[in-house]
Amino acid sequence: MAFKAQLTGKIMFGIVVGVILFLFPKIASQHFSLVMLGFFASAIAVLGFNLLFGYTGLLSIGHSLFFAVGAYTVAFSMRSSIFSMELILLITLLVSGLIAALVGAICVRYTDIHFSILTFAFAMLLYSFIVKFYYVTGGDDGLRVLMPHLLGFNHSAVPKMQFLMETYYYYALIVACLATWAMWRIVTSYFGLSLKAIRDNPVKAEYLGINISRYRWFAFIISGMYTALGGALLVPVIGHVDPTLSHWFQSGQFILMTVLGGFTYFLGPILGSLVFTYLQDTLMSVFQYWRFFFGALLAFVVIVAPGGIMGGIDSLQKKKKGGV
Amino acid sequence: MITDIVVVLGSALFYSATVFLVAAGLQVVYGVQKVVNLACGSFFVLGAYTGSTFVKVAQDLGLHPILSFLPLIVAGFSLFFVGLIVERGLLNFVYKQNAHFQFLLTFAIALMLDDVIKFIWGHAPRVVSGVYTAYGRIDLFGAAIPGYNLVVILSSCIIAVLIGYMFSRTRFGKIVRAAAENRYMANALGVNMNVVFAKVFTMGTVLGTLGGALVIPSRAAMPDMGWELMMMSFAVITIGGLGTMKGAFFGSLLVGIIRSIAIFTFPKVELLVVYVVVIGVLSFRPQGLFVKMD
Repeated sequence: MAFKAQLTGKIMFGIVVGVILFLFPKIASQHFSLVMLGFFASAIAVLGFNLLFGYTGLLSIGHSLFFAVGAYTVAFSMRSSIFSMELILLITLLVSGLIAALVGAICVRYTDIHFSILTFAFAMLLYSFIVKFYYVTGGDDGLRVLMPHLLGFNHSAVPKMQFLMETYYYYALIVACLATWAMWRIVTSYFGLSLKAIRDNPVKAEYLGINISRYRWFAFIISGMYTALGGALLVPVIGHVDPTLSHWFQSGQFILMTVLGGFTYFLGPILGSLVFTYLQDTLMSVFQYWRFFFGALLAFVVIVAPGGIMGGIDSLQKKKKGGV
Repeated sequence: MITDIVVVLGSALFYSATVFLVAAGLQVVYGVQKVVNLACGSFFVLGAYTGSTFVKVAQDLGLHPILSFLPLIVAGFSLFFVGLIVERGLLNFVYKQNAHFQFLLTFAIALMLDDVIKFIWGHAPRVVSGVYTAYGRIDLFGAAIPGYNLVVILSSCIIAVLIGYMFSRTRFGKIVRAAAENRYMANALGVNMNVVFAKVFTMGTVLGTLGGALVIPSRAAMPDMGWELMMMSFAVITIGGLGTMKGAFFGSLLVGIIRSIAIFTFPKVELLVVYVVVIGVLSFRPQGLFVKMD
């Protein structure tokens, strides 16, 4: 009885959220709809990151590598006269998958600290390459990117703001929903369970016959592809790519979003990226040294509430029910 | 030919000296607290900016340029309180937690420090003029080595010797080594771990800030100068082996030389070459080149 009520409650909540998301551009201001677009992109990126961190126990501080790969793939595709967004996204997945396979093959063989250091190194290597090879990548200035064609329609005639508000918003929302659904399927599959086993006790997992290196590698690839997808989705919104997309500060943002929302929950990172995106939007316009605030926020979460927001909600719920 | 080698060596050793200081700071903290300090780059930058300010003040007060390295050293040491605050005020709370979280906390500290630096000194690069040239150039086998480079190399060597002496001869050094090997046993034997942790982290911090301060006369202090050094320091501790001072010393030598050779041949790939070596070392001897295999 109680279980059914809980499930119905969750479904109702999901429907309400879905309705709000769908009606958002109609009811909210232009500015906030734009912020939502940033949220969609980072939510996908962070889902990927947490597959590696929360589910497999590998902390990558260089995930910005894939974010940049996704973004620059869009930029280069547009420059090569590939305008179809669907094709571009496909190319992004392929390219990032390949890069993730190569980078992952090197990184996943090592334990925690070496893994993190290597991911950091790869991200900053890409950063320095982008900056140095100015003629190809536009260096520090970056490249301008125009709006790709969605589902074959060329929207360049439509004023950008209006376009973003309507067409692109729903496009991004649908991509985000599909990505989330796909991640849920991955995480609740045998593969996902194996990852959790590897995270919790690698020796035992291997003993049970799970090929831990191979699975970690797969997780790395999927994770990289997701983050690249997020980067690719974000580019048409900003209309511009630059090397800071690969900087470790960007990686730090992903980490903050994940830990803030709660890395042990599936929806945690998504919640975290929503909160972060709005916080960032509010703070950036008010406070010049918002990085400090985010560092402080990360420190606070790590010290006081490592379970994040969802962890906090969970413990509140437990207290209500009389648990410890 | 000889000239080229001397030139490469000269710049290599200068860079090695700088990286050694930061890497030594990392090693000392890792050895005892098992935490990799991601804020090492920020300490370096902090040292650089503070050094530039101290030298400017000293110059205004009329200090002779040759003696400029003194305010730099003072700057490096004076920042010890930053390490103390960070360790007691923040790091202290996460020792009982997952290693990932300790690492993340140092990341958060790096973020905060970066903005503190920008807040105090702004975004523009700061140059300290007149000091580098005051040391002149020394002619060695036809190559002109800047005198200041030799000062830094010498200082680093002295510090390395002092650290070595501290660890092998002094009581504190022995306590630190004991704590590094088995902190619980050391604790049980009466060592106050809080004090040891605080002292060790402070030492690590000062090594980083010293490195930053000493580098100032040769380059401008910029907000972004930290991460490249971080990457190199990580490369050093990975190649040399986590937690060993010898690893830091020889690792820095190796990294400095590789980097210099790369800069003289294919400048754009200097970072990449160093990391190719890192990956090579990880593939064949993951514990590092200077760690004994049990």
